Amino acid sequence: MLLLLLGIIVLHVAVLVLLFVSTIVSQWLIVNGRTADLWQNCSTLEVPSSFQCVTSSTNEWLQSVQAMMILSIIFSVLSLFWFFCQLFTLTKGGRFYITGFFQILAGLCVMSGAAIFTVRHTDWQPATSDTAFGFAYILAWVAFPLAIISGVIYVILRKRE
Amino acid sequence: MWSQGTSGSGSLVLVAALFSALVLAPTLAIHVYTHREVHGTVGSQVTLACSFWSSEWISEDVSITWLFQPESGKDTISIFHFVKGQPYVDEVGAFKNRMEWVGDPHRKDGSIIIRNLDYTDNGTFTCDVKNPPDIGGKSSQVTLYVLEKVPTRYGVVLGAVIGGVLGLVILVVVIGYLIRYCWLRRQATLQRQLSAMEKGKLQRSAKDSSKRGRQPPVLYAMLDHSRSTKSASEKKSKGGLGESRKDKK
Repeated sequence: MLLLLLGIIVLHVAVLVLLFVSTIVSQWLIVNGRTADLWQNCSTLEVPSSFQCVTSSTNEWLQSVQAMMILSIIFSVLSLFWFFCQLFTLTKGGRFYITGFFQILAGLCVMSGAAIFTVRHTDWQPATSDTAFGFAYILAWVAFPLAIISGVIYVILRKRE
Repeated sequence: MWSQGTSGSGSLVLVAALFSALVLAPTLAIHVYTHREVHGTVGSQVTLACSFWSSEWISEDVSITWLFQPESGKDTISIFHFVKGQPYVDEVGAFKNRMEWVGDPHRKDGSIIIRNLDYTDNGTFTCDVKNPPDIGGKSSQVTLYVLEKVPTRYGVVLGAVIGGVLGLVILVVVIGYLIRYCWLRRQATLQRQLSAMEKGKLQRSAKDSSKRGRQPPVLYAMLDHSRSTKSASEKKSKGGLGESRKDKK
């Protein structure tokens, strides 16, 4: 029983860490040496060698992707908080409905944010032949199924002991 | 004695007048306020707002003038003049039939509206107000930018999406809690009615057949009561929505 609880908490915290890293790190798009991100575009200059960052464009679609990522973090944090609340206040046999609901909502937000980014990234970053997606983008897509699984586990789980 | 008193009071008045003239003189100017920049889209209209503050009462001689200096020029042309209660709109220049006076000097407002904007309207507009005897003071300038699309400020979409989704979710959760609360209350009242009915039945059957001493109705009532309380407590323990679907017992 304790093992199950620990496993669930580890999964939830892993999802939270993935969401944070994906939102903050500047590695969504890589265009031959320059990285483009939700918040800023960074590039390494050759002469003189320095690393320079400039804020991203104020495109509406980019803003909606930012909003979705922030919302997913908010919902995941709320879900963790509610999980600990319900752990101590729920009666035996009860289900963690609100925790699961918020976690599934977080997963849906991440998915919609990553999907909007995939479709609309050419609006603020013209596509070239060597445009590649960075690891922060991949982390966002990995966080989506993990969040859904975590939410579904919460909904199915029954409180014991 | 009288002459000394009057000369003393006379000098006091003189000092007071000098003091007020020196101190109040800088504020005897007219203050004009406009925006710094105004953005407009091609083909739409824009309101050039101008408000002023005068220490004098707004008389009938108040005059308001709007001047325009194009972006690509050095000449300042006069495009609007308001004097003696009559607005005079430019009838021959670039703003023919496009300008409208929407101000009210008695409300200290000297705004004009320019319709059907074009790229040639880019430039600096000056609002100049004179209210005799209050004629000194700085006029105020507003720069008009005519663009294809007015850029939305950064953060408007971000804030709107976050606020909208959070609001929706909070609403759904609150409604869920309310529904659960009302349903529980209804269950509680139904259960109270049921137990009251059972108690009445029991008393009646006990009075009727107290000699026979029947046990089964009492046991039946107790079982029924315990089952309804167990189901009510289980429903109380669920945390939110969709409990009737999941509960298959």
